[in-house]
This record gives sequence, structure tokens and C-alpha cells, in this order.
Amino acid sequence: MGDHHHGPAKGLSRWLFTTNHKDIGTMYLWFSFAMFILGGTFAMIIRAELFQPGMQLVEPGFFNQMTTLHGLVMVFGAIMPSFVGLANWLIPMMIGAPDMALPRMNNWSFWILPPGFLMLASTLFMEGGAPAFGWTFYAPLSTTYAAPSVTFFIFAIHVLGISSIMGSINIIATIMNMRAPGMTYMKMPLFVWTWFITAFLLVAVMPVLAGAVTMMLMDIHFGTSFFSAAGGGDPVLFQHIFWFFGHPEVYIIILPAFGVVSQVIPAFSRKPLFGYASMVYATAAIAILSFVVWAHHMYTVGMPVAGELFFMYATMLIAVPTGVKVFNWVSTMWRGALSFETPMLFSIGFLVLFTIGGFTGLMLSIAPADFQYHDTYFVVAHFHYVMVAGAVFSMTSAVYFWLPKWTGRMYNETMGKVHFWISFVGFNVTFFPQHFVGLAGMPRRVPDYALQFADFNMMSSIGAFVYGASQIMFLYNVIATIVSGEKVSDEQVWDGAEGLEWTLPTPAPYHTFEVPPKIDATPAHG
Amino acid sequence: MKLAAVACAMFAFVFVVMVPLYDVLCDALGINGKTSGVAYTAVPAAVDTSREVKIQFIATNNDGMPWGFRPQVTELTVHPGAATDTIFFAENPTQLPMIAQAIPSVTPSRAAGYFHKTECFCFDQQPLEGLASTEMPLQFVVDQDLPKDIRTITLSYTLFDVTTMAGGTIAAR
Repeated sequence: MGDHHHGPAKGLSRWLFTTNHKDIGTMYLWFSFAMFILGGTFAMIIRAELFQPGMQLVEPGFFNQMTTLHGLVMVFGAIMPSFVGLANWLIPMMIGAPDMALPRMNNWSFWILPPGFLMLASTLFMEGGAPAFGWTFYAPLSTTYAAPSVTFFIFAIHVLGISSIMGSINIIATIMNMRAPGMTYMKMPLFVWTWFITAFLLVAVMPVLAGAVTMMLMDIHFGTSFFSAAGGGDPVLFQHIFWFFGHPEVYIIILPAFGVVSQVIPAFSRKPLFGYASMVYATAAIAILSFVVWAHHMYTVGMPVAGELFFMYATMLIAVPTGVKVFNWVSTMWRGALSFETPMLFSIGFLVLFTIGGFTGLMLSIAPADFQYHDTYFVVAHFHYVMVAGAVFSMTSAVYFWLPKWTGRMYNETMGKVHFWISFVGFNVTFFPQHFVGLAGMPRRVPDYALQFADFNMMSSIGAFVYGASQIMFLYNVIATIVSGEKVSDEQVWDGAEGLEWTLPTPAPYHTFEVPPKIDATPAHG
Repeated sequence: MKLAAVACAMFAFVFVVMVPLYDVLCDALGINGKTSGVAYTAVPAAVDTSREVKIQFIATNNDGMPWGFRPQVTELTVHPGAATDTIFFAENPTQLPMIAQAIPSVTPSRAAGYFHKTECFCFDQQPLEGLASTEMPLQFVVDQDLPKDIRTITLSYTLFDVTTMAGGTIAAR
């Protein structure tokens, strides 16, 4: 590295060619927010159609495209990149490293994302329309019966997969090789630990997803019969491969969220995290178990009883490490000097609502009961409690928590609190009634419904519009903070915040920890 | 880079391990009702006349398949160990020559490993000229070791139109 420059380059090339972890993190965060708005728009179309029974706004085919793209964009475009962005910003600052281990690959793993999503979104304008087979793209819906645009969908998934794998390799390499002297594994902040484990999950399962879509590609274009019974294949094989990826994927989404909450709750409880070591082991246990529970998504395909029982018990077992985590967070707050700034509100909101989502997950894990719940709105309610109130609330909490450190300016606290309460109420009004209509038998992914579900669906739609609108307020608050927020210069920002990133100047300079910090010998966690 | 190698290995894992493993497990455990795709060579064995097993035949067309397809009899009662013959009828009502492939499935799936086909039209693709019809033979033996609690076996065939994909190289099951 001959040219030793001290600031960012000027203009567009700063962003195109940057290898700085903070720049790349910022781009990831903005990109994922854009995708969040796009996926949210699809959700609004879905809820507008479901506002009343009967067909009002869109064609059923287009409705299917909306449910499919909403799922794909939210999972692969909003939640996953947002946490990668957070990892980019925070992991080097938390472990005392000057940057990510592989900065050029870091640039590449971000910049292949926008073309990937452009390819996916462009299918909306193609003949036959966008993919309409649900985000789980079960064969043969996604092979024999798919629109021609499915090929673009397959390549988009390949691109996103490559991006995720490169991002994960980078995170693992950074954590293993670039910790400051004295930063042992068991002194790492929990956010770093959860991302370390998540990155291993990603490296293990994203290639499986790539394999699944490659088989689809070959079935569609090259005459193979992986998923076609006529040629000796089996459509159920698709579901096994998909969920072998898909189940670890849901933990890929939620584990970094656990990490964020484990940073925020101690800071606003002014106490060290309760049970640090047990948190690490619980995270690892969840990750390992996630590989042996995939078939609980497919209890109804006709598995033998032994299979149903194995997957049922294995799934229930996951409640144990998850319960350890929930109790540890609650114990951290116990007798703490609590204060309720916006990040803490979102983290507590996460804790309450994620626990509800966990309980409905337990209900779904019971194989015989699942035969009734399968493919109903009960499932939709369950996974939105863990994905939105879980991952998105914790991500929002993270943005409010670290935004002053990133920008050197404080967000508007009142507006933040209003954002939380509108989000919290809007979210529950949207998704709580879906439990009821699901139990009563309303199937998911259908643009019309029986008349007795009308009231709850109208309630759901109103909640969704409120929740959606509250995100615009969030965007406004963040932009207003960056442009004209009240300046903060205190290094620690929050009086209870602990960790290396809070020892840096505020706002965080472009280059940090060019000289590794000294870590004292006492344990960083109580 | 070791991690990149892990990623490539997982990609390969799907093809070289998961797909064959799925087939092997399904074959070994008979858990998806698939019967063996190769002709069974009859082992000379005594016919167990003390037991009777009811065999039901179902013929279904896959979505969009225009052929007429039905069994000669819908139900037979056989003794384990006895070779039994039956016939399925197929008729191509279209003007064009077509090729079909029948895919068998056995219920209960536990019985799949005990239902041996010594001759089956499902081992091969079935070409048929336009407006032609044919009789398709099936010969099977029910294994003497069939668990005692299984008294009825249902053999279901689904007929697929493989005219466009028939290269002759696709493994027929």
C-alpha cells in the first residue's frame, strides 16, 4: 500500500471504488433500506387487495407476483444486507481492527448486489410477469409452470448467494485474524460472536441454495429431471434441499438481531450482560440444531412417523437455547438502572414480540397440530413476529443506537419514541389478528377470502398502512439527523455503553484503530 | 482460501451427496412409495396360500395428459409368493404420435419394498401413434415377508406426457 491517504476520495468514485469498511457499511445500510421500502410497497399492494373480500385492485396472477417478490426482497434484499452493513461498520470497531480483512472483496460483495436486485425487479416488466410461485419457489411451480422470467430469478439468486458468501468469508477472516492483542474470543462483544456463527452458517448453506436453483435451471433448460417425476426425479426432493438451506437461513436472519439486542439492553440497563458465556454457547447450539430441523416445514408431505417425530423433537429442542437467551436478557434488565431511549424501546419491543413469535413457533413444531396450521395465516403471523418484530425491530434499534457514533449527531428523541409506538401498535394490529384468521382456516397466498374473515383482514390492512407510514418517519428522522441533528462529541454517547467502538472519537473518523488498542486483562463482561 | 473451498464443497455436496442420498434413503426405507425401477428376478419360493392380500390398481393422468389410461381390473386378491399378471389399457386420442411414461407409487409406503414387479410397462417409455391404443402388461409378486398387518396394497400409476423430453436416456422408474 504505497499511497497513504487520510480521507475519502471525492465524488462518485469514493463509493464505487471504496475499500473502507465504514463506506461499504453505509452503502449496505442505504441499499437495504431502499429494498425495505420496495418490499414494503409490495406488502402494501397485498394488504390493499386484502382490505375487503373479493377482487378489487389487482389480478390474482399479479397478487402472486407480489407475495413472491415481497418475500424475496425482504429476506435477501432488506434484512440480510442490513445486518451485513451493520457487521461492516461495527465488527472492525468492536474488535480493534483498522478495517475488514479482505477490503477489495468487500467492495465487490456489495457492488454485485444492486445488479442482482435489478435483475430480479426487472422480471416484473417481462412477458409472463415476475416469479409468482412464492418465495419458497417449490418445484414444479417454479419449473414446469413458471413464467419465462424464472431464469432471471435463478441468476439473481446466484448473484445474491455469491455476495453473501463473500461477505461471510470476509467477516470470518476479520474476526479470526484481526482482533486487537488481548481480545480473546471470550472477550468479543456478543454482536461479533453472533455474526461469527452466522457467517459460518451462510458459508455452509448459501451454496445449497445455489445448488437448488442450478438444478431448477437444468430441469428447465437442459432436460434433466431432478424434480420431475416423469423422468425419475421427485418434487419432494426440492423441498428437502430448499429447507436444508431455508431453516438455517432463518437463524442467519435472527442471530445478528440477537447480537444487537445483547449490546443495547446492557447499555440501557447500566449492567453487564447477564450470562455472557451461556449466550455464546446458546448461539452455537441454535446454529448446530438449525441443520437438523428442516423438515418441520414439510410435515404434510407424507413423511414416515419416525421422521415426523424426529423433526418435532429436534425443533422443540431449539426452544431451550432460545429460552436461555430470553431469560438472560430479562435478567440483564433485572434491578438495572433502566432508561427508555428509543434503541432500548425497540429492543424491549423485540424481546416481547419475538417471544410471542417463539411461542407460536413451538405450536407449529407440534407435527399433528401443524397439519391444521400448515399454509394458513397462522404461519404468516408467526414468521412476521420473528422476522419483523425480531429482525427489523432489532435493526431499527441498532440504527438509533449507533447513529450518533456514525454521524456525530443525535437523532430527534421524541420522534424516535413516536416512531417506536406507532410501529409497535401498527405491527400488532397488522399481525395479531392473522393468528385468529389462520387458526380459523384462512389460507396464505390467496388474493380472496371467505366473508367471515373480513373484519380481521380490514384491521390487518389498516395496521399495515400505519406500520408502513411509520417507516417514512424513520427515514425522515435519520436524514434530518445527518443533515442538521444536534452535534454530539462525547465519545461514549450513551452513559451505559461499553465496548471499543465507544472509545473512538464521535463521529467515528474515516480510519480507526490504525494502531491496535490495548485491551486490559480483566474480563470485558461480568 | 479455505472458506471459499468450503463454499464450493457445499455446492458440490448438494449434487453428489444430497441427491443420491435422497434416492438411496427413499429406496432403502421405501418412504416415498417408490418401487424398484428394475425388473425383479423371481426367487423360487413357496406360495403362501394361508394369506391373502388385496391389491388395488389406480391409474391417473398427470395434468394436461390427454390419453385414456385405466387398469383392466381395479382389484385383485393374491397369495404372497404367487406371480400374478394383469393389464393396463392406454389410448392416444390425439392425431399425433406421443410418448408416455408411467410412474408407480405404492401405498402404504412400507409395502413398497415387498412389492416386486417382474415385468412392468413402467420400466420403459410407451410410444403410441395417433388414435392408437395398446395393452400394457404388468407381472408382480408380493413378497412372503410382507408384514402381517398389511392386508391391502394400493398401486397407483401416474401417466406423464414425455414426448418433448424423451431422449431415451432418462432413467425410467
